[in-house]
Amino acid sequence: CASKKNLPNDAAGLGLGAGAATPGSQQDFTVNVGDRIFFDTDSTSIRADAQATLDRQAQWLAKYPNYGITIEGHADERGTREYNLALGARRAAATRDYLVSRGVPGNRMRTISYGKEKPVAVCDDISCWSQNRRAVTVLGGAGS
Amino acid sequence: LVEININKGNVEPLPIAITDFLQGELAQKISGVIAADLKRSGLFAPIDKGAFIEKISNPDATPRFEDWKVINAQALVIGRVTQEGDGRLKAEFRLWDTFAGQQMLGQQFYTQPENWRRVAHIIADAIYERITGEKGYFDTRIVYVAESGPKNARKRQLAIMDQDGANSRALTNSNDIVLTPRFSPNRQEITYMSFENQQPRVYLLQLETGQREVVGNFPGMTFAPRFSPDGQRVIMSLQQEGNANIYTMDLRSRTTTRLTNTAAIDTSPSYSPDGSRIVFESDRGGKQQLYVMGADGSGQTRISFGDGSYSTPVWSPRGDLIAFTKQSGGKFSIGVMKPDGSGERILTTGFHNEGPTWAPNGRVLMFFRQNAGAGGPQLYSIDLTGYNEQLVQTQGFASDPAWSPLME
Repeated sequence: CASKKNLPNDAAGLGLGAGAATPGSQQDFTVNVGDRIFFDTDSTSIRADAQATLDRQAQWLAKYPNYGITIEGHADERGTREYNLALGARRAAATRDYLVSRGVPGNRMRTISYGKEKPVAVCDDISCWSQNRRAVTVLGGAGS
Repeated sequence: LVEININKGNVEPLPIAITDFLQGELAQKISGVIAADLKRSGLFAPIDKGAFIEKISNPDATPRFEDWKVINAQALVIGRVTQEGDGRLKAEFRLWDTFAGQQMLGQQFYTQPENWRRVAHIIADAIYERITGEKGYFDTRIVYVAESGPKNARKRQLAIMDQDGANSRALTNSNDIVLTPRFSPNRQEITYMSFENQQPRVYLLQLETGQREVVGNFPGMTFAPRFSPDGQRVIMSLQQEGNANIYTMDLRSRTTTRLTNTAAIDTSPSYSPDGSRIVFESDRGGKQQLYVMGADGSGQTRISFGDGSYSTPVWSPRGDLIAFTKQSGGKFSIGVMKPDGSGERILTTGFHNEGPTWAPNGRVLMFFRQNAGAGGPQLYSIDLTGYNEQLVQTQGFASDPAWSPLME
């Protein structure tokens, strides 16, 4: 899937060495912490790999307490539009709840669902659909 | 007299001769739109004009039936369009039964020249109704989401067009994601969902004035709106935490009523035409299934039990069927079932078909289809037999069609 390079969730993806970003910056968060987690099909469970990412997010947000965040929930295209809006909202809520359990104050966070309307990967196979079932933590939003 | 019994299932289309209306370019365009409407219905087979023997020069004269019977034209349409002194168009037509040698219908209409397509649709409706005994649906419109740009940066606008794809115009700009437009029963308003100000909510749009307003003051995302059949309420889902439940808002008193209360996703509500019941989808049992309840939320009962999951139910305007999207075996289908869940029939299956809407006579559905690959969704219509599937021409990609009620 050629569009994977659109997913800046690791340093290599941005063509940067780790640490090239200014600590505490959006780039630092995206590159060194990881701004997104992925879900299994029609699932809202926070997977083990996602927990590790969210743990890093919680630590980073504790270190930089001025940021509010918006958690965007997304679904892949293999569902119907209205249900996927609700599914994206469920994923965003599950992500927020996990961050709350790791000490991030609820009032620093807002959630929004985009359903299946904002895919990042656009091929028609599992490799892309799995990239689109995601929750993305965006700096800015409630509290910021 | 010649007739088509739509209830028989896979009907052989009726051979019909639609002559060029006299006189001139606009008259011919009108008869062309009539022929196109009837052909797309799948119930009529307009005969190639090259086969015609009699040349119509006087639309008021009785045609030479032998000339039409010999080319097996069971019905014959003849018409004339003239301009009145005040500038209006006068369109007249006669429908003949060639084998019985009788006139079945003769009517005339007046309109402004710019409304010529509408007159053509009204005449096509009259012919359809006279021969099938069912109301036509050609003088209707579609609201839909016009989509453009690549999949990962898609632009969306609400748009409205005639049911045959003509006269399309945008209703919103493309700054915000807009989804699921639905007509009010009087056709004057649209309810839809917009992400304006990064707050996904249900809106009302007045078609005449372009005036917009948020529906209700809910503490979360509202989506999947539809009008009640009397136009007094909007029914929709409200998202709170991980759950979606169904609410109505009375448009006069602004009071809201909660109808479902589950730790699940309850959405896509649609009223029965008499307003007494509501069909919706819920994953309360583990995956998306269809449920029916009373208009007050009472008696919530699951009706779908086939393999796979069911979503986007829409109650037929006739009340006899519920159309839905079904996901099964990695495919997306459009189907219908009776309101008690029996008699399930799949009309079309493929990579991705979604979101059926009913023509006002309850005989034809429109939906959107996304094929595998880089392209976007397009609109299709299909009749209840499942045999007559037709692409609806739109300028760009299109999704979420909603058929208007009939103009009274």
